[in-house]
Amino acid sequence: MALDNAKSNGFKFVGTRPDRPDGVDKVTGRAKFGADMTAPGMLHGAILRSPHAHARINKIDTSAAEAMKGVKAVVTRKDFATDVHFESGLNGETWNVLENVMAGEKVLYDGHALAAVAATSALIARDAIKLVRVDYDLLDHVTDVDKAMEKDAPVIREGAADKSVPDGFHPNVVRYHESGHGDVDEGFSKADLVIEDSFKTEATHQGYIEPHACLGSLGNDGKGDLWCTTQGHWYAQKMCAALLNLETSQLRVTASEIGGGFGGKTTVFIEPVALALSRKANKPVKIVMSRSEVFRSTGPTSSTSMDVKIGMKKDGTITAASGVFRLQGGAFPGAPAEFTAMCAFAPYALENVRQIGYDVMANRPKQAAYRAPGSPMAAFAVESVIDDLCKALGLDPIEVRLKNASHKGTKASFGPRFEDIGLIETLEAAKAHDHYSTPLKDGQGRGISCGFWFNHGGETAVSLALSEDGTAQISVGTPDIGGSRASMALMAAEELGIPYEHIRCTIADTATLGYNEISHGSRVTYASGLATIKAAKDVVHKLCKRAAQKWDIPEDAVKWEDGCAVPSGANAGDFDPLPLHKITANMGATGGPIVGHFEATPEGAGVSFATHIVDAEVDHATGKTKIVRYTVVQDAGKAIHPTYVEGQYQGGAAQGIGWALNEEYIYGDDGRLQNAGFLDYRIPLASDLPMIDTVIVEVANPGHPYGVRGVGETSICPPLAAIANAVSAAAGIRMKQLPMSPPRIVAALKSLKDG
Amino acid sequence: MVKVYLWSGLRSLTDGKEAVDIEASNIREVLDGLQNAYPELKAPIAAGVSVAVDGKIISSDLTTSVSEESEIYLMQKLRGG
Repeated sequence: MALDNAKSNGFKFVGTRPDRPDGVDKVTGRAKFGADMTAPGMLHGAILRSPHAHARINKIDTSAAEAMKGVKAVVTRKDFATDVHFESGLNGETWNVLENVMAGEKVLYDGHALAAVAATSALIARDAIKLVRVDYDLLDHVTDVDKAMEKDAPVIREGAADKSVPDGFHPNVVRYHESGHGDVDEGFSKADLVIEDSFKTEATHQGYIEPHACLGSLGNDGKGDLWCTTQGHWYAQKMCAALLNLETSQLRVTASEIGGGFGGKTTVFIEPVALALSRKANKPVKIVMSRSEVFRSTGPTSSTSMDVKIGMKKDGTITAASGVFRLQGGAFPGAPAEFTAMCAFAPYALENVRQIGYDVMANRPKQAAYRAPGSPMAAFAVESVIDDLCKALGLDPIEVRLKNASHKGTKASFGPRFEDIGLIETLEAAKAHDHYSTPLKDGQGRGISCGFWFNHGGETAVSLALSEDGTAQISVGTPDIGGSRASMALMAAEELGIPYEHIRCTIADTATLGYNEISHGSRVTYASGLATIKAAKDVVHKLCKRAAQKWDIPEDAVKWEDGCAVPSGANAGDFDPLPLHKITANMGATGGPIVGHFEATPEGAGVSFATHIVDAEVDHATGKTKIVRYTVVQDAGKAIHPTYVEGQYQGGAAQGIGWALNEEYIYGDDGRLQNAGFLDYRIPLASDLPMIDTVIVEVANPGHPYGVRGVGETSICPPLAAIANAVSAAAGIRMKQLPMSPPRIVAALKSLKDG
Repeated sequence: MVKVYLWSGLRSLTDGKEAVDIEASNIREVLDGLQNAYPELKAPIAAGVSVAVDGKIISSDLTTSVSEESEIYLMQKLRGG
C-alpha cells in the first residue's frame, strides 16, 4: 500500500502517556465481560465432555436429560450443519472447528465436547449433562509428539495429511514444511565447531484470566445475536454461520470487554453451541466455561521436539544452521510448524540454512495460537545452541549475535530479503544497557536471546464520526486486547488536532462495519491504526471542504492545522482559523453529518525483533529458580502509547517466565489431563517476577504512516531461550527441556553429579 | 515472466522445482499461473498462502504488482496470536 503524508517527527499526541480510556470501567466493575450479559428468559448451558483420550462413540442417549425438569434443549452433533465436509490439512479447517466444537464419530481428547444442555439454571444444566448416557469403544491414544510419529502409534484420523507430507510418514504427520538456502553440509565443513542438540517443550495454555463466555440468541427464522468474549467477532460470526447453516449477515455478533486472549480467543468453542441450544429452545442461552474446561478443551500451544545443528568459526561467524521442528497440535491439523521453522534462524544472516517442520496430531485439545505461535520454541532450541557455541569458543554472546545479525537486505532464512528492520539496534541497546555490564553475584547466571516474529495486517474497516460539540467517536472492529482504544484515540487526535480526551473509541459490532480480521498477529495498532489515520484524514478533507464553502474559496485553498481549517496561503484569502467545533456545530445545515471511513487490507505490517537479557539464580538443593533481573529490548517502529508498549514487553516476558520455568500440560498414562486448574498449573505470580525493565527501540516501519510495528507477540519469542541460557549458566548444566521445573533441575543436577 | 520461489516442501507438487517462471503482472496472476502450471498446488494455495514481494509479505491483496525484477516468494499464510 502506497503511503502518503508519512510522519516521522513533530508529534503532539503520539508518544504521550494519557490515562487509559477503559481504566475507570475496569476498576469500578462497570466494564461488561463475556459472563456479564443477561437477557430476559435466559437459559444456562452446560457441555458434556469426554473423559477419554480416544474413543469411538457408539450411542448418545439424551432421553433422561431431556426429561429432567427445567431442561429446555439438548444438542449433539446432529444439531449442527451437515454440509461441512472433511478435507485434508488446513483445507478442512471449518470441518476441523466443527469437529472440535462437537464430536462426531469419535472423541479425540480428554475434554472433547459431545453433547450440551440448556436449562433454567446453571445447576440444573450441570446436573442434566450427567444424565446423558454415552456408549464408547475405547481406543488406544497418544499424547507425546515423538510417540505420535512412531510406526505403531494409534492413528488419530486417516486422510488428515495433506500432500506436502513425504511418503513414509505416519498418518499423524499431517503437514510438512521445508525451506532454506545454500549448502548446509558445505557450511558445516567450514566451521571450527559444530554443536548439534535436541530439545523439548511442553504445551502451555494462554492463561487468560477470563474464561470463555457467551450469550447466544437464535430464532428458527435464522436471525440471531451473539455476545461473546473473543479476539475476532467477525470470525465468530462467519464460523458460527457456517456451523449452523445461517446466512452470515443474519447473525449479529458483539464482542464483550475481553479479559485476555493471547491468541487463545481467535476461534470458537462454546459460541455455536449456545446458538444451537437457543435455536432449539427458542430462548437466549448463556454458557460460561469453568477453568477446568478452559484447560481441557481450549487451545494450549503446541508441544515440541526439536533438533538443531549450528556451525561456527572461532571468530563467531555462523557457517551453517539446520533444524528439525516437530510440533504436536492436538487432534487436528494446524500446529504452526512452518512458523517455528521459518522463525528459527530469522535473526541471522546465513549463507547456508535449512529448516524442516512437522505438524503432528495427537490426542490432545486442538492447539490455538499463543503470541507468535511457534516462534518461542524455535528460539529456545536455536539460541541455546548459539549460547553453547559462544561458551565453547570463549565469545561474547551479544558480539556473536551482532556479527551474524540480519539487517536490511539480508536474505532471510525463510527466503525473501528483509526491508527496514531493527535487530542490530536492539542488540546495540542491550549491549549498552546497565544490565549487561553489571557483574553477576555468585551462583547467578546470565542469558541472552534474540527473537523474531512476522506481524500481520489483515482486513480492516474503521469509521470516525464527529459530533456537533466537536468531539469524535471512532468505531473499530478489532477487540481491544492490548490498549488499542488508547492508541486509536491518540492517532486520531494527532490527525484531527483535538484533545485525546475528546475522542471515544468503541469496538463496533458486526452489523456496523465491514469485515475486520481477528485481533491477532500483532496487527491492531498497525492495521486499525493505519485505518484510523486514514479515516481521520477523510474527515479532515471533509472539514476543509466545509470551510472552503463558508469562505467561498476552492477546496484546495484550505489546509488543516492544529485542529483548525486555515487558508493554505496568502493568495487563498485572509480568514481567521476555523476550529473543528465551529464547523461541526453547524454541520447539519452545511451538508450533513461528517464521517470518515477507511476500509482496506493493509499489507505493510513490518517484521519485528527483540533481544532479552535475563539473570537467574538456582537453588541447587531444591531446584527452585528465581529470575532476579530481566530486561526487554524490542523494536516498536513507533510507540504510539509507550506505557502500553512497555506493558506488552513486560507481559511477554512474564508469560515467557511461566512457560520456561513451571507451566506445562501434564497427561497421565490414561491420556487425561492431570492439572486442569491454576493450583496445579502454575503461572507466575507477581511475587515470582522481578521488575521487568524495558527499552523501546524505534526503527520506523515504512508500511505505516507513523512507522508502527506490532509489538504484542515478539516479546514472547526470546524469553524461553534467554531464561534457559541464564538458568543453564547458573545450574552449570545445559537445560534442554521446558519447563525447567524444580524436579527437572534437580534431576539435571543429579545427572551432572553422577557423571 | 516472473520467477516465483516456493518453499521446499512444495517440490513434490512441482516436479522437484523450487522456483517456477510465471507470466504475471500481479499476485492474482502469480497464483493463477502457479495453479495452471501445477494443478497440485491448488490445495496448498487454497489452504492459505502469503506472497513476499521484494521483502514485503502480502497476505491478501491480489492486486499487488509484480515485475521481472521482483523477488517473489510463496509463503504459508500467517496465523498470529
